[in-house]
Amino acid sequence: MSERLAVRKTYKLFIGGAFPRSESGRSYEVRSKDGKRFLANAALASRKDARDAVVAARKAFPRWSGATAYNRGQILYRIAEMLEGRRAQFVEEVQAAEGLSAAKAQAVVDAAIDRWVWYAGWSDKVAAVRGSSNPVAGPYFDFSVPEPTGVVAVLAPQRSALLGLVSVVAPVIVTGNTAVVLAAQHAPLPAITLAEVLATSDLPGGVVNILTGRTAEVAPHLAGHMDVNGIDLTGAPAELAADLEAAAAENLKRVLRPPAQEPDWTADTGVDRMFFFLETKTVWHPIGV
Amino acid sequence: MAAFEYAPAPESRAIVDIKPSYGLFVNGEFVESVDGRPIKTVSPATEEVLAEVAAAGEQDVDRAVQAARRAYETTWSKLPGKERAKYLFRIARIIQERARELAVLETLDNGKPIRESRDVDIPLVAAHFFYYAGWADKLEYAGFGPDPRPLGVAGQVIPWNFPLLMLAWKVAPALACGNTVVLKPAETTPLTALRFAEICQQADLPPGVVNIVTGAGETGSYLVSHPGVDKVAFTGSTEVGKRIARAVAGTRKRLTLELGGKAANIVFEDAAVDQAVEGIVNGIFFNQGHVCCAGSRMLVQESVYEEVLAALKRRMATLRVGDPLDKNTDIGAINSPQQLAKIRALSEIGEAEGAERWSPPCELPDRGYWFPPTVFTGVSQAHRIAREEIFGPVLSVLTFRTPAEAVEKANNTPYGLSAGVWTEKGSRILWMADKLRAGVVWANTFNRFDPASPFGGYKESGYGREGGRHGLEAYLDV
Repeated sequence: MSERLAVRKTYKLFIGGAFPRSESGRSYEVRSKDGKRFLANAALASRKDARDAVVAARKAFPRWSGATAYNRGQILYRIAEMLEGRRAQFVEEVQAAEGLSAAKAQAVVDAAIDRWVWYAGWSDKVAAVRGSSNPVAGPYFDFSVPEPTGVVAVLAPQRSALLGLVSVVAPVIVTGNTAVVLAAQHAPLPAITLAEVLATSDLPGGVVNILTGRTAEVAPHLAGHMDVNGIDLTGAPAELAADLEAAAAENLKRVLRPPAQEPDWTADTGVDRMFFFLETKTVWHPIGV
Repeated sequence: MAAFEYAPAPESRAIVDIKPSYGLFVNGEFVESVDGRPIKTVSPATEEVLAEVAAAGEQDVDRAVQAARRAYETTWSKLPGKERAKYLFRIARIIQERARELAVLETLDNGKPIRESRDVDIPLVAAHFFYYAGWADKLEYAGFGPDPRPLGVAGQVIPWNFPLLMLAWKVAPALACGNTVVLKPAETTPLTALRFAEICQQADLPPGVVNIVTGAGETGSYLVSHPGVDKVAFTGSTEVGKRIARAVAGTRKRLTLELGGKAANIVFEDAAVDQAVEGIVNGIFFNQGHVCCAGSRMLVQESVYEEVLAALKRRMATLRVGDPLDKNTDIGAINSPQQLAKIRALSEIGEAEGAERWSPPCELPDRGYWFPPTVFTGVSQAHRIAREEIFGPVLSVLTFRTPAEAVEKANNTPYGLSAGVWTEKGSRILWMADKLRAGVVWANTFNRFDPASPFGGYKESGYGREGGRHGLEAYLDV
């Protein structure tokens, strides 16, 4: 009897909660980190895919930003639950994508799960930490609350396909932003498998959209898009970053510049990324009888 | 009953001594410009030349940045917070002592009514220095980590609408956090900034901590693009803001921008009409409408349109336009002939596009730059006067039927600086405040400012906040 032939997975994009192929019909070959093994043909996202993803993210924004913080926190925690359930699959994919040992890949997946849990707990604390009641010199009640910036484009880190990705996506969405994410160019598969986790985690369709493809091809369309409010350039190639930042000036996007070198994602992430894509709204009302 | 006539009540300008010409303020001294050229600053109310100042050149800016760098490294960043605090408290006190002089000078150079410079601008200037003085030795409690560090040299470019107030918004938090500054005031309103330089001298502020380079856009671009500047802060038009954002792209310079706006002032049918009309008038005619957060679009619920409009016109007819130094003047002069031309051009476009223009009968002085308070009705969202920032005393009136429509129309702009809501229903205020995409929402009030209250925009109105604890973030390495 012959050996059973494996059923392979077709990796597609993740837009508006659905898994379409690239409208361009293009794909590109993804190989293991050492280059020896063919892993899959990933979708090669086009300009149109990027625009569709922005439309989906914009559409999802009112509901997601209007959800209670309690609700958002539970959904982020649910993502951790679903990720935990698929631990073995992610360990295997991360191992192939990043060329790690089994033990290291396990540690990475564990850290990614824990990161969702950490951010889940932030959802209903951001307003307490970032908001204020302002003692103005006059008979007015005056308070400030943090609010999401809107649609944020995220260029995921190029080296850390899962933990790096989670570390840049979770802080953006926990506060109510919606995201269009461009996965690591040479290691996009864990990102699409993460999309399967997101799709089954009660996360409303469109809150996170994931594109795979060439960063240099897609990123300029996101940086120049007039309906994108912020951009995280963490995964931007150095030679492209300044141009992307200049393009982002067109509608005054909030730009999180790339770090001098890719950070150690296993370390404590801090709160800066989460606070970066927030606005502060201040409301005044007279006091009197 | 006809409105009472007022006798002239001019404030004396004898308290202000203006020199025929000024240099730049670099390293604690007034110095001649090296490569600049002279420009004149005039009183917009009379077209009288007040003084000649320098439009600083590239070398001048370089000299100022170097002075700021030296002061940063040798003294200011090394000074304990409590000592920095005392300098700022000193400055606040000197501003209070010289308040009347500063108010008259501001009114002369800017054209704004003395009532506003005396009662709003200068008290707020002192308040900002007082507020941020108190932060200087408490930064570790501000929520930016246990040992927040300053950024270095801040290059600051400010507009002509609130010359000294914008200086205070920029300089006070920068110094409190341990940065040194090079500030460029607007070319039409440099005089109070130069007077502030004297105040720094009186306070014995270490040389180079504050440097002031006068000039126009060119001087500003030298400052913004100078490699020795670690932080750029700009208040002004969205167009220039975008240019600056492009200029600092790819550098490590930090950037905060306070840009334009096209605020909606939304009047519901249950609003207290007289208070709402006061707020509408304050929203658009305060400071001649030269306010980035001015309520330049009135959105009124259809059911009370006639009543509100009639009350508005009645109130507008009592506005007194004229000599800014007269203590009874409500609306002063337009700051420059260029700005007047822009306001005229957009108003003519308003008429050409079919909106109906109305101004109360009012006599404008023969000399100077003047524009009457103006309201446009029959405005649609497609009209340029409903979309573009006019930066003058021009109000566009639109209508709505439901709260959802009001939100939709209010948010239908690339700007997001401020908004106003007028209704007696508390739950509706909170609902509206939640839905409006704007950095400041004034409910049953408008154009309120306070150093303890964060101010700044969403979307193309810029990024960063000024005022409050939030305002420190722009000047700390966080």
